[in-house]
Amino acid sequence: MQTPTPWWRDRRVVPWLVQGGVGLLVLVLIAFLLSNLVRNLTATGLLLSWRWLGQPAGFELSQSLLPFSASMPYGRALLAGLANTLQVILLSLLGASLLGLLIGLCAFSSNALLRGLARAYVEVIRNIPLLLQLLFWYFVVFLGLPDRDAALQLPGVVLAKSGLYLGWFGPSGWQTPQLLEGGWQAPLQISVEFAALLTGLVTHFAAFIAEVVRGGIASVPRGQWEAASSLGLHWSATLRHIVLPQALRVIVPALTNQYIGLAKASSLALACGFTDLYAVAETTLNQTGRAVEVFLVLLAAYLSIDLVISLVMNGLNRLVQLRER
Amino acid sequence: MNGPPTPPPIDARPAGRLATGLAARLRRALFATPVDALLSVVLLALLIWGAVGLLSWATTRADWAVVRLNSALLLVGRYPLEQQWRLWLLAVLLAAQAGLSWGLLRASPRPDRLGRVPLWPRNDRLAAVLLALLALVLPAALGLALTLQLRWWALTGLLLLIRWLAGRWGPQRQARLRRLVPALWPLLYVLGLWLIGGGLGLRAVTPSDWGGLLLTLLMASFAMALSFPLGVLLALGRRSALPLLRWGSVAYIEFIRGAPLITLLFVGQNILGFLLPAGLNPDRVWRAAWVLTFFAAAYLAEAIRSGLAGVPRGQLEAARSLGLSMPQALIHIVIPQALRIALPALMGQFIALLQDTTLLSLIGLLDLLGTARSVMANPQFLGHSSEMYLTLAVLYWLCCAALGLGSRALEHRLASRPTGGGP
Repeated sequence: MQTPTPWWRDRRVVPWLVQGGVGLLVLVLIAFLLSNLVRNLTATGLLLSWRWLGQPAGFELSQSLLPFSASMPYGRALLAGLANTLQVILLSLLGASLLGLLIGLCAFSSNALLRGLARAYVEVIRNIPLLLQLLFWYFVVFLGLPDRDAALQLPGVVLAKSGLYLGWFGPSGWQTPQLLEGGWQAPLQISVEFAALLTGLVTHFAAFIAEVVRGGIASVPRGQWEAASSLGLHWSATLRHIVLPQALRVIVPALTNQYIGLAKASSLALACGFTDLYAVAETTLNQTGRAVEVFLVLLAAYLSIDLVISLVMNGLNRLVQLRER
Repeated sequence: MNGPPTPPPIDARPAGRLATGLAARLRRALFATPVDALLSVVLLALLIWGAVGLLSWATTRADWAVVRLNSALLLVGRYPLEQQWRLWLLAVLLAAQAGLSWGLLRASPRPDRLGRVPLWPRNDRLAAVLLALLALVLPAALGLALTLQLRWWALTGLLLLIRWLAGRWGPQRQARLRRLVPALWPLLYVLGLWLIGGGLGLRAVTPSDWGGLLLTLLMASFAMALSFPLGVLLALGRRSALPLLRWGSVAYIEFIRGAPLITLLFVGQNILGFLLPAGLNPDRVWRAAWVLTFFAAAYLAEAIRSGLAGVPRGQLEAARSLGLSMPQALIHIVIPQALRIALPALMGQFIALLQDTTLLSLIGLLDLLGTARSVMANPQFLGHSSEMYLTLAVLYWLCCAALGLGSRALEHRLASRPTGGGP
């Protein structure tokens, strides 16, 4: 005679038992942490409030895309930091993609030296922490530059310890950087902090993107190259019309991860003395003590940036995926 | 694209005759076409110019005193001098265990084409020579006292000796004995924590006195060891058929992966104290270590998930139909295979974690980078940051490259086994 299955081994009950147990555990843990949080915050008089966002910040930003002064409120300071962060992300995304594509393609050069150099670049960059690279670019390279007369001068570009000066079209036509009494003047000026951060992020992520590009191109069967060249296509035409469209299917999803990584890594800007969102948030915390609120702001900002990048890249991915009839 | 990148080289050599010899090979590799030749010349010139510039800077203008005078600080921070024998003891144990593992890992891979099992494969010979050279040159270059130099030589000698012994006699031992060796690592780790931190009869050394490379390696290994089981659980949860577990794991993983590490460390330093009962506030070093652990777990979970996805469904089904319970099937059948598939990705995450420990310096901890920055804040060493940063870059590069090499050796070793049976 068959004994009936006890209820705790019943296939319809077990999943609910497991889930209920884990769920209860997590809920209890969260409730415990939150109750501690509320109790401790109440004790220090820092219970959640957003009124401080309207108070004057009282600190200056060394550089800001949005106009900002110390009399403006904290909310505005955080917004200015966000604008700076977005600026860094966009520019370094662009730069890293171009440089990464170039280095990734170098891995397929017929020149062994170039192939080796591309390989070495990737191996060196990937095994050194980004923060160290940023500090190196800022303190050693950019702050080690000569200034004034001795600055590095190229037509339309001047690189000095005080910043990067670029020529641009002004009201009276093309204007080049000029050395005046107070130092260099130019229509376009980039601070060394920004330049160092940008250089560091671009060179670092270019190595990772180069690997993604290399992997993508390597995934295209060799026969495609051979078929195209036997049809008489030049290598650049082969690359553009035959190989890259196929490689992109592999490249784009992997690229999304790198882009999100870059967006998050831009929060290391304070190592270069650049006032991005995180740097502003830290100053805000030091002045107001509002750790929880500041963290929520940071979290919301970075999660939204990640979300936007994923959405755009998913759209791009749909474009490049193979459309079969 | 204005550059020379060309399609993967399609062999254009005339059929039948294969040009050999160094000159011919060089010509094919570097001077195949006029463009290639020009490019090679330009690149070579640039390389030589860069190398000569770096060498002349390093030998004449650079002042390495900043590294020489602070080598002990960079290595162990402000660890009390009279307690440092504990670190030396730990180093001896680690060298012995590393030699043992190295020997067993490399000495019995697949036999080569002639059926021989090389005791020192080429890469190992290279690594051994490199290690010996480092041990000979580095302590002398740092201007350490002769007794300290001797200790480093002895450590390296011990490592290589045990590597040789393990490679020579290890394979003949019983499999059970050999399988004990990996299990020694966790034991050694706990022992190491005790030796470093003290307590239980040893004088306590508080975490604020740990620093330099010691703190970096300690933080990285702590986070690696503890995030691993957490990552396995999260990965299983994410692939679970139970909706609550699945959504919980997804929420955790995506939340952690969405936030920059620095903001999480920020939580650890500024908010964690509020989340715990009043009075229970761990040291800031340990707070950072736990944040690193929870951070790494989310990334490891994704790596392990890719491994789980690579295990055929039939494996679990077969195990279940043989009567194994779900946990048994997972532990004995699915997870070992998944980890083997995920090994490269896992090691990649471990290397990233080691690099991420540098962020501890941004929250004021004295890890390797933090110690270096505190040294450079000293006016005595002003203007010598290039020497310091270069040294750190080489150190980090060596650590990460060593992890990468170890990972490849482990992959090779695991791949040499038949998939079905155990060792």
